[in-house]
Amino acid sequence: MAEKNEQSPEVQSYQKLQEKHELKRPLLKNCLKAFLIGGLICLIGQLITTFYINFFNFTEQTAGNPTVATLIFLTMLATGFGLYDRIGQFAGAGTAVPVTGFGNAVISSAIEHRTEGFILGVGTNMLKLAGPVIVYGVFSAFVIGLIKTIVIKLGGL
Amino acid sequence: MIFLWAFIVGGIICVIGQIMFDVFKLTPAHTLTSLVVLGAILDGVGLYEPLIDFAGAGATVPITSFGNSLVHGAMEEAQQHGIIGVLTGIFEVTSAGISAAIVFGVIAAIIFKPKG
Amino acid sequence: MLQGQRTWIFDNKPVILSTATVGGPDEAACNISKDFDLLHDDMWLQQSSFEKAQTMMMEEACDIALNKASLKADEINFFISGDLTNQITPTTFAAKTLETAYLGLFSACATVTQSLALSAFLINAKGAKYILSGTSSHNSAAERQFRYPTEYGGQKPPTSQYTVTGAGCALLSDSGTGPVVTSATIGKIVDMGITDPFNMGGAMAPAAVDTIMTHLRERKIDASYYDLILTGDLGEIGHAISKEMLESEGIKLDDSNYKDCGMTIYNEEQAVNAGGSGPACAAVTTYGHFIKKIQKGELKRILLVATGALHSPLSMNQKDSIPAIAHAVSIEMGSDSQ
Repeated sequence: MAEKNEQSPEVQSYQKLQEKHELKRPLLKNCLKAFLIGGLICLIGQLITTFYINFFNFTEQTAGNPTVATLIFLTMLATGFGLYDRIGQFAGAGTAVPVTGFGNAVISSAIEHRTEGFILGVGTNMLKLAGPVIVYGVFSAFVIGLIKTIVIKLGGL
Repeated sequence: MIFLWAFIVGGIICVIGQIMFDVFKLTPAHTLTSLVVLGAILDGVGLYEPLIDFAGAGATVPITSFGNSLVHGAMEEAQQHGIIGVLTGIFEVTSAGISAAIVFGVIAAIIFKPKG
Repeated sequence: MLQGQRTWIFDNKPVILSTATVGGPDEAACNISKDFDLLHDDMWLQQSSFEKAQTMMMEEACDIALNKASLKADEINFFISGDLTNQITPTTFAAKTLETAYLGLFSACATVTQSLALSAFLINAKGAKYILSGTSSHNSAAERQFRYPTEYGGQKPPTSQYTVTGAGCALLSDSGTGPVVTSATIGKIVDMGITDPFNMGGAMAPAAVDTIMTHLRERKIDASYYDLILTGDLGEIGHAISKEMLESEGIKLDDSNYKDCGMTIYNEEQAVNAGGSGPACAAVTTYGHFIKKIQKGELKRILLVATGALHSPLSMNQKDSIPAIAHAVSIEMGSDSQ
């Protein structure tokens, strides 16, 4: 496969022509929508956190867990009723970046593959989209944890 | 005040994600993975916890917080059990997000049909 | 019969006895909905999977075409068709129901003309008397295979296109009344290094231009011979690019004689970004909307140039660019054409 700088002049000139006609993504509009919806989801998260602190025995530190679980439950409803994909087209990263996006990736994959059965369909494919997040989250935590532990032990911090 | 900062900080992290989508043309998988790793690094250098104190859910709700929780779990175990704790501790703190997604995923597959 | 390197001229002019088009809910609301023979109001057609729904639409299209020509499935020599799904299983299960001899094809969105060209060749060479030639696609089946689960909240860029849910087929014969297939040019792979699976139009435009130019050169005609040159699913971007490329080769076309099925099928309120796509796009638009114009005499000669992007999710992940192809078939009015 030719690298970009090895491409023939014909290919390079076509790519320029193509770029001229390509409908550009509306960056500013998309960022504004992402900011508003993403901020809103975090605001709802803060309301949920406050609720758990005041009405149940959670503290600032421990309220994160039930907050995340509650948000993912709400994501399940939005995904199952066919709403999340519409909001997602509008909000882009505003719905993909909060944990609701992670939940939507897992839940939409689970729903989609039900026609192939629960073991080979749902079970196998559920983490297809969200897998890299878990894999590299765990791996980077391992590497960083290792480095930090070694640094502490060496420097006696 | 924390409500305002939750909104603003959460919104900004999402804008970073949107820029990765539209300017760098990264897929959602690449973007979210990068943000998780970023969260892990920020906690490694001790910056994520202060962000949570300041912005609350604006820092705990974006996917970056997964990275933060994973490193936290690893470090807490390492403090108690030494270097092997780095491996064993990773899932101590994160279970909520991943378990919730899996449990609700199976439930959703039972109740819902894709709408197309 | 063979003219030039890859063009066939059909002296025995195979006849399109009948056509049939079936569509889904988005097609029921589209620009050309009244040209469909059958429309469904849900994506499942009461089947247990999207793929089975797609099979059902292909079977329905074949049945309707047979009924219109007062023929039965056991009188058909060959069913020549294909689709986008892995190993073209939806089409294969339709072939199972039809119980006819079956030639399965894969050309992605160019399947309709690949099938029509081969079918016309067989009939012209007296290798068959009746052939069912068509294709189908389903929006959700295509999304879940090539992109994301249907309920996933991903954001599609403005260059992306919308896979048509539907099936279109034509019943060809060596005799009878109807529009005739007069020639075909087989495309070759044209790959200009586009790697963005959300920009099919940009990937396929060069292939369309290559085939159109080759066809005109080998058939020894110029573009004005045709009332309409119709591409399959280049969409807004691919259409604009191809028009500019053709103009730089001295072929000036405008909106009256150069159209695209992907831009024709949906109306502006439907959220389809750059236009419709999928194997069914060219099939339902041609076999529903444009064939009627030929039957009424509004169009006398058209050149259908369906374009296909022949990548797979695997080749995308392996960082290959998108190879594209375009096959062209000319359809002209019955015996009174020159």
